[in-house]
Amino acid sequence: MTVVFYLIAALTVAGALAAVLLKNLVHCALAVTVAFGGLALLFLSLDAQFAGFVQILVYIGAVAILIVFAILLTRGSDVPKDGVFSPTWLTGVAIAAAVFAVIGWAVINSVNAIPQQAAVPHVTVHDIGIALVGPYVLPLEIVALLLTAATVGAVIVAMHEKGGSE
Amino acid sequence: MIDKADQIFVLLQHWLISFLPLALQQPAAVVIGVIGIISVFPAIFALTTVFERKGLGRIQNRLGPNRVGPFGFMQPLADAIKSLTKEDVVPSSANGPVHFLAPVGLVVAVFMGFAVLPVGRNMVLVDMDAGLLFFFAMGASTEVSVFMAGWSSRNKYSLLGAMRAVAQMISYEVVLLLSSVAVVMITGSLSLTKIVEAQNHYTGIFPHWYIFTPWGLAGFLMYAIAATAETNRSPFDLPEGESELVAGYHTEYSGFKFALFFLGEYLAMLSISGLGTTLFLGGWSAPFSFLTFIPSWFWFFSKLMLSIFVFIWMRGTLPRLRQDQLMNFAWKFVLPFTLLDLFVTALWRFMGEGILRWIVCSAILLAAYFVMGRVAMVRKHFGPRSYRYAE
Amino acid sequence: MLGEGILKGMAETAKNFAGSFVSKERLTTVEYPEERIAPAENARVFPFLVYDSENWEKGLRCVACQICEKECPPKCIYIDKSKDKKPDYVGKQQFYPTRFDIDISVCMSCQICVEVCPFEAIKMDTQFELATDDRFGGLLLDREQLAKSNEYYHEIHPTEAAEVDARLAEEKAKVEAKAKAAEAAAAKAAADTAAKTAAPASPTQAKPEGGQD
Repeated sequence: MTVVFYLIAALTVAGALAAVLLKNLVHCALAVTVAFGGLALLFLSLDAQFAGFVQILVYIGAVAILIVFAILLTRGSDVPKDGVFSPTWLTGVAIAAAVFAVIGWAVINSVNAIPQQAAVPHVTVHDIGIALVGPYVLPLEIVALLLTAATVGAVIVAMHEKGGSE
Repeated sequence: MIDKADQIFVLLQHWLISFLPLALQQPAAVVIGVIGIISVFPAIFALTTVFERKGLGRIQNRLGPNRVGPFGFMQPLADAIKSLTKEDVVPSSANGPVHFLAPVGLVVAVFMGFAVLPVGRNMVLVDMDAGLLFFFAMGASTEVSVFMAGWSSRNKYSLLGAMRAVAQMISYEVVLLLSSVAVVMITGSLSLTKIVEAQNHYTGIFPHWYIFTPWGLAGFLMYAIAATAETNRSPFDLPEGESELVAGYHTEYSGFKFALFFLGEYLAMLSISGLGTTLFLGGWSAPFSFLTFIPSWFWFFSKLMLSIFVFIWMRGTLPRLRQDQLMNFAWKFVLPFTLLDLFVTALWRFMGEGILRWIVCSAILLAAYFVMGRVAMVRKHFGPRSYRYAE
Repeated sequence: MLGEGILKGMAETAKNFAGSFVSKERLTTVEYPEERIAPAENARVFPFLVYDSENWEKGLRCVACQICEKECPPKCIYIDKSKDKKPDYVGKQQFYPTRFDIDISVCMSCQICVEVCPFEAIKMDTQFELATDDRFGGLLLDREQLAKSNEYYHEIHPTEAAEVDARLAEEKAKVEAKAKAAEAAAAKAAADTAAKTAAPASPTQAKPEGGQD
């Protein structure tokens, strides 16, 4: 079990590192897609089927495509002349280390908070569905409103660029 | 005896793994299943290519290929030999690794989709709880490889073809998912085996397939349109239209890589037809209750081949849709109709048994179809041309 | 109704598909080379020389006038005139070609040689399966390969051949009539001179001669 975890973790970390170190932006986008795939595999190895498959469906199927479209439509695919490292890289590393420390502390504390269980409770898609329309219906509706607003806004922005609809 | 014929492949699998020690039996069973999928579906792919060429030929008042083998049925063999021995031309400015990985990614993603299709009673490779979701996840992964293929060729026509293909696939993916949600609502489960079992009942001699209900028929039609668009089939094959974009995103591929793209496209067609069969046409259940003695896998593959014939028929009949017509159609007609179909499915579910729900649901759907057909598909009026310049 | 046109179209293609198994009209393919369509009557490919009787050498209509050689636009005809003469279909002594080559890799099937030939000797053939792998002489047809009988000409272009035959027969008839007239005139002249020599003998003898005219 842990061998699988280490393999998937290595894949994810490799993908993420490649995403920041490669020169060609589209290569970076594809590497981040691999990282998403690694995350999905991690979800699946924890028996969270819904989360894993939705990760693939949404992140790889839509978000990655969005990223590459954004890269292509904004001329970002030219190779930068002076390398990928910015002059303020030390500050960046410091901030990343701080964020990692905070998240790591939160995760370790939460693991100690839950009593050690032999079997992981099996959460089916059915349970997720009931939870979404039961206790969590308000967040669901708010997210839906947000998405609708985003869609309408996108249409308006696109229409405005066109200079009036016909 | 009938049971034996029905379960013959399962029994074969059990017999084969009985030779192995107990510890290895489970993995071996999976491997045998995988071998089965990898051998059967490409064989059907080969058959599909012959049927397509001969079928299209007959539709177009000509014979298809008829020189290789009896009535030309060994043509796929000739095609395979040709694609294997052709030189693999890679443009020198193409992005090496991405160019190589694109067809690989496509074929892998498409083959994964076959793992959850129930081809017969007890004949699923992996019986997942969220099987439908897995299938769509694999379908979404094909879009990335399409884009990779188009971008890595360093060819503006390929890139354009890839962008168009991805835009089309994303739009129709939404429709695909929503029309399957209707089935999930009625069945109450995402597992494909449960969906087939829910349709395997008969009143009198008629089966309970979802296509025989008003919402099921509407859902099936929307699913069929979305499936045709997802797999870039005519009339939605602008991304690979030969007269527009040379060959779209697989222009720069030759030899075996092109064969892999071809394989991926046709296998995607087969797997999406398989899913449509499972969701709406009752999967492996027989059409009439007195025909259940015929093995279940026979019914699955017959329905699959029927869907393929309809695909070929549509290809021979309809002209290609332009990109904007395609997108208009998706967002202005198909998507609203699918949402309405969801509403009608909910109505069906909560109305209780009886003739009333048939009448109400059919009336709503027919009225919506006629109204939307007039309103939503209004054609642009021709006027003086307006230009929009890039900023 | 939305989709009506699609359904009508699909019905039409279904009719095509089903009909292609039963009716010839819906499947017009001719599987060459096992089946062939007979060429149309006025099809033309490359020229050939017509000969009349059994023997191709004796019956060759061509008199080596070399008009076709001069009129041919790509100059694909090469003719060697003979030194001696042989009789043609009306019996007149004519030259004949000892060599008549057409290079069919050059010939452009314009039919000018046929149009200018005054002797109906060169006509257009309809054979097109002339490909050969002999690249040095395979497409240079000589006199023997070009000579084909009048019966063959009737087979490939029946109405044309009938017309040509009628014309030739008419020519022949005219020539024969003229010959007969010339013969009669010659005979009459001979008789006249004979009568003149015997003229002082008796004027009554001129009368029966006049009656014979």
